[in-house]
Amino acid sequence: MPKRFVSIWFKYLLTDREAIRLKSLRELPVAFTEADHGRMLVMTMNALAEQSGIRPGITVADARVIAPGIQLFEHKPGRNIKLLKGLAEWCLRYTPLVMVDPPDGLLLDVTGCTHLKGGEAGFLKDLTGRLKGLGYTTRPGMADTIGCAWAVARCAESGLIVPPGAQRNALMPLPPASLRLGLDLLIKLRELGFYQVGSFIHLPKSVLKRRFGGNMVLRLYQALGQEAEFLLPLKEPVPYTERLALLEPIRTREVIENTVHGLIDTLCKRLYGEGLGLRSALLTYCRIDGKSGHLTIGTNHPSQRTDHLFKLFALQFDQIAPGLGIELFILDATKTEPASDKQNLLWNGKPGADSEEIAELLDNVGARVGKDHIHRYLPQEHHWPERAAGNTTDLAKSPESEWPEDKIRPVQLLEPPEPIEAMALTPDYAPRQFVYRHERHIIVQADGPERINHEWWIEDGGYRDYYVAEDEEGMRYWLFGTPNDLPGQTRRWFIHGYFP
Amino acid sequence: MTATKNEIITKLRADLLGWEGFRPVAPEERQSFGLGPIENAFPNQVFPTGALHEFISTRPEFTAAIGGFIAGIIQTLLEKGGVCVWVSYTRRIYPPALKRFGVNPDRIIFIDVAREKDVLWVTEEALKCGGIAAVICETRLLSFMESRRLQLAIEQSQVTGFILRKDVKQLNTTACTARWTVKPLRSKLRPGMPGVGYPRWQVDLLKVKNGQPGSWTLEWKNSAFQHPQTAAIQQPVSDRRYA
Repeated sequence: MPKRFVSIWFKYLLTDREAIRLKSLRELPVAFTEADHGRMLVMTMNALAEQSGIRPGITVADARVIAPGIQLFEHKPGRNIKLLKGLAEWCLRYTPLVMVDPPDGLLLDVTGCTHLKGGEAGFLKDLTGRLKGLGYTTRPGMADTIGCAWAVARCAESGLIVPPGAQRNALMPLPPASLRLGLDLLIKLRELGFYQVGSFIHLPKSVLKRRFGGNMVLRLYQALGQEAEFLLPLKEPVPYTERLALLEPIRTREVIENTVHGLIDTLCKRLYGEGLGLRSALLTYCRIDGKSGHLTIGTNHPSQRTDHLFKLFALQFDQIAPGLGIELFILDATKTEPASDKQNLLWNGKPGADSEEIAELLDNVGARVGKDHIHRYLPQEHHWPERAAGNTTDLAKSPESEWPEDKIRPVQLLEPPEPIEAMALTPDYAPRQFVYRHERHIIVQADGPERINHEWWIEDGGYRDYYVAEDEEGMRYWLFGTPNDLPGQTRRWFIHGYFP
Repeated sequence: MTATKNEIITKLRADLLGWEGFRPVAPEERQSFGLGPIENAFPNQVFPTGALHEFISTRPEFTAAIGGFIAGIIQTLLEKGGVCVWVSYTRRIYPPALKRFGVNPDRIIFIDVAREKDVLWVTEEALKCGGIAAVICETRLLSFMESRRLQLAIEQSQVTGFILRKDVKQLNTTACTARWTVKPLRSKLRPGMPGVGYPRWQVDLLKVKNGQPGSWTLEWKNSAFQHPQTAAIQQPVSDRRYA
C-alpha cells in the first residue's frame, strides 16, 4: 500500500497562539522579536503585520515605523516546539503516527486513515477546519512522500493534494525553497537562474551532486520518492490499541461506561486470541474542545477478563471530566504478557479457590488505595528485629528461608520503640517496675536478657538487652535496655512491643 | 402432644439458623479449632466459619492478645490452603511473631490503607472474594449498617471475617455472629519455676447468635489451644526471682 503523508504548516504559529490567549490581538498587527547581535529583530509576525510590509529580519525600530500600532512580544526559544508537541498530541485523533517538524510544522502518516473522514479532501478539510476552530491558520499538503507534502503545503498555490505517484509534476512549478534546502544553496540556485524545481529536475544525478552537493540530491530524490525518508513518531504506537471515534460527543456516565466496556471487550477478545494478557493499560479520552485526559490501570497478573479490567477503570471514572463531551476514546495496552490458562500462585491450594480471584482483588484494592499499601512479608536472615521481615510486592514469591521459630517475638511491635522510665535493682536484671504513658507497671516475672547486637555490616550502634516482662495484671511486654557497660553511659529503657 | 411440639420447635430453630447464615455442618466437614469447651457455646457445637467475629480491645495489650488468639484460629483455616488478608490503617502487628501461632506470615497479605474509611471498603471487597481463607480487619468504628454489609458479603462467599476493634469507647449493636474480648492473664509455669510462661488469656464470648456466651481461660502451648485445669492463678513466690 503506498504511503500517504500530510504536512501541516502553521504559518503564524506563535502569533496565533498569542491571539488565542488574548482575543484583542486578533485585530492588531503582532510580531515576535528576538535579540541578534545586540539588535532586536522581528522573528515572526501575524497576517496583519505581514500585510503592512513587515518581514522577518527587520529591526524592531523599523517595524514600529511601518506599523505604529504593532504589538511586540519577545520570543522564548523552544516555545514553538512545545506548542507543536501539544498540537501533535491533538492530531493523534487522526492518526497514531504524528511527528513534530520544527520550526513550524507537523507531519502525519495518514496511510489508511483518510477514509474515516470521507476521503482525502474530506480529511484535509476536517483537519484544517478543526485547527481553524482552535484558532490556528494552517496550510496542509498531502502526497506520497514527506518531502513533496512539505513542499506543497508551503509553496503550492493550489493542488494541495498530490495524487499518488504525481510528485514530479507537482514539484515542477515550485520554487527551490520547497525542497528544504539551506540558505546558501538557495542563493546559489537563484544566482544561476533556477527559479523553479522544474528547471533542474531533469539534470542527471551526478551533475547535480557535483554542482550542489549530496544533500540537495538527497532532498530532491526524497521528495520524488526515490530515496527513503522515515517519520519518527511522537509516540511509539503500541501494538495493541483500540480506538473508538464517536459520531456524537458523549458526556453522561452511563454512556461513557458502555463505551469503555465495549472498547475493553474488543481489546480483550484480541488479546485472548493471541494468548496474551494485559498488565497495564492507558485509556485516553479526547474532548471536543481539544483537551484530553488519561486513566491508567495496572494488574498483578496478565488478565483478559473484560469485567475485571472494566472494574479497575470504573474506580477512576470520577476523574473523567467530559466537559462539553468526549468524541474519541483510545485504549492502549501498554504492557502485555503471555497469559497461561491456569495461574499457579504459591497459595493456590484451597479447593475451589482460584488465585486469579485474589490477584483481581489486589488489583481493585491497589487501584483504590495505592499499590504501595499492599505488603507481604518474607523472612530475612537478620536478627535485628526491625529487619527480620522483608517487604515484597511479588505475590508469587516463596520464602527462601524458614521463619525462625526459636525466638519469642511480640505480636504487636512498636515502631519506633518508645522510651520508658524503668527501675532495675541489679544491672543485668529486668526492671522491677516501669512507667509508660503515665501508667506504672510492677513486673512480677521476666525472661531475659536476650542480647541482640546491631548488625555492624549494616549499621553501627550498641546492643540491646531484651526482656520479656509480665506485670501484675498479666500483661506481657517486650522491653529492652541500652548498653550499660560502656563508660559514661547510663542504661536507658524502651518498650518495643506487646506479647499476646 | 408435647413431643410433637418440641419437634416443631427444634425444627424451627434449625431453620432459623439456616436463615441467619449458619449452615448445618456435615460431620465429615466438621473442623475443630481446638477450642474445646468454647466450641460448645456455638450453635451445632462448631466454631462458625463463614461468619463475622467481632473482637473488642480497649488497650494495646488486649490487641496483642487478640492477635495471638486470631492467629491460632486462622492456623486451622489456612490448613486447607488459601491466604489471609489483614486490613488495617494503624498496623502494629509484627509478622514474624505469627509463626509461633502456627501461621506462616508469608501467607498473609497486609493491606495498610492510609485512611480509616478505606478499611471497611477494602474489607468488604476482600470478604466478597471466595479464594481467601480469612479477612482480619482492624478498625475503630463499625456501625450496624456497615456490619450488615460485611455480613451480606460473607453470606455469598463464606469467608470468615474477624473485626478487631481497637480503642472502643462505646459498644454499639452490630450484625456480627459473635463478640469476643481476649485479655492476657498471668502466665504460669510449674510451681517454683522462674520466668514467663506460655501465653494465657481470658477469653470472653460476650455475645453469640443462638449460642451461650461464656468466659474461659485459654493457654497457647505446643502450637495448640490448651485449657489449663486449675482456674486459680498461683501467687508469685515471695522473693521475686528473674531468669
